[in-house]
Amino acid sequence: MTANIRKLVVQVDEVRKEMGQDVTPPTRRAVAIAVIENPYAGRYSENLDELIAIGEELGALLGQKAVKALGIEPGQAQSYGKAAIVGERGELEHAAAILHPKLGAPLRVAVEKGAALVPSAKKQGTLGTAIDVPLGHKDAAFVRSHFDAIEARVSDAPRANEIVVAVAVTDSGRPLPRIGGLQASEIKGEDGLR
Amino acid sequence: MIEIRRVFTHVEHIHHEFGPRADTPLVRGAIGAVLTNPFAGRYEPDILPMMALLDPVGVDMAHQLHAAMDVPLEQISTYGKGAIVGADGELEHGALWHVPGGYAMRELLGWKGSRVAYTAGIAEEKKGQPGNALSIVPSTKKVGPPGAALDVPLTNINASYVRGQFDAIEVRVPGAPAADEIVFILAMSTGYRVHARVGGLLAKDISKWDGLR
Repeated sequence: MTANIRKLVVQVDEVRKEMGQDVTPPTRRAVAIAVIENPYAGRYSENLDELIAIGEELGALLGQKAVKALGIEPGQAQSYGKAAIVGERGELEHAAAILHPKLGAPLRVAVEKGAALVPSAKKQGTLGTAIDVPLGHKDAAFVRSHFDAIEARVSDAPRANEIVVAVAVTDSGRPLPRIGGLQASEIKGEDGLR
Repeated sequence: MIEIRRVFTHVEHIHHEFGPRADTPLVRGAIGAVLTNPFAGRYEPDILPMMALLDPVGVDMAHQLHAAMDVPLEQISTYGKGAIVGADGELEHGALWHVPGGYAMRELLGWKGSRVAYTAGIAEEKKGQPGNALSIVPSTKKVGPPGAALDVPLTNINASYVRGQFDAIEVRVPGAPAADEIVFILAMSTGYRVHARVGGLLAKDISKWDGLR
């Protein structure tokens, strides 16, 4: 099964100043979004293998698109996240089938390593529904400066028979992190947590 | 006076809209720069000094948008521009973008006109020659809250009446503009709507080279 992609959207958000303070270097977050046809729209299917395969395909495609948009080498990626919005004729489990079984492995190739869990969000929605894609450090989930989120939204999707799938990658944490906790410089990056 | 806080780029590839899959997807892109509004919270009679300072901002944004779209320059077929002014500003602050925003994209696309005349709003008698970026750059602007969406019109860069390329792209920067900010926007595309089929002038039939037909 190859995803029937109607539209691909890639956004980069670069923050240079926050509250009058320079952000040096600027923080940069990318989100790559695919609008795809939901092969199970309008019917209950016990088996969701087609969406699982689509998830694997999109993990590679969207991960690579986001890294390319940032103009970085894969190893320079710092945090990541994923999310899906299912149109009205689908069910929440369809988002789970895309996101959880197979999307992560090719995404981790796209960002090199990725010991940490890929944080995720999902919802049902309609045209223009926004979803906040959670972000966490790719090698150590407890890095506090990298807890963040980026909004993903496509103005004309998802139609009832569609699913919006988003993968976010950054080369940085929040603009002016100053609430302590585990620092990126302190991680071991082996267990995915610290 | 010019303080860029944030830059947001958006590029989309449209493969189909429930019709036949396009051989080459339509590529549409937009860039929004979030600037501090130096006139926020008061009535400033003389805002023109900011306009000249926006020239290099526009040129940078045009080049950055083209790079993000990752298509050869000759494939850029439409353009548009816009501004979203935060709540402590006025619509007229957004109007500062007309000259620097339009000029930047036209220059990028090979326009050979006079910048001085363009800034002064003087028409040039250079009609009848094939060229690039002869058309007016269509625009929209509004005053809005953070996350406000603006529909930025797109039309052919050489002839405004190319019907299959009349389009618009929705641009929205989550969290911006704050009350004392302005989002200045440029947008471009590779041309025809993905299933354009309502007739009218085609780009290949442009003949007058007057910016219209």
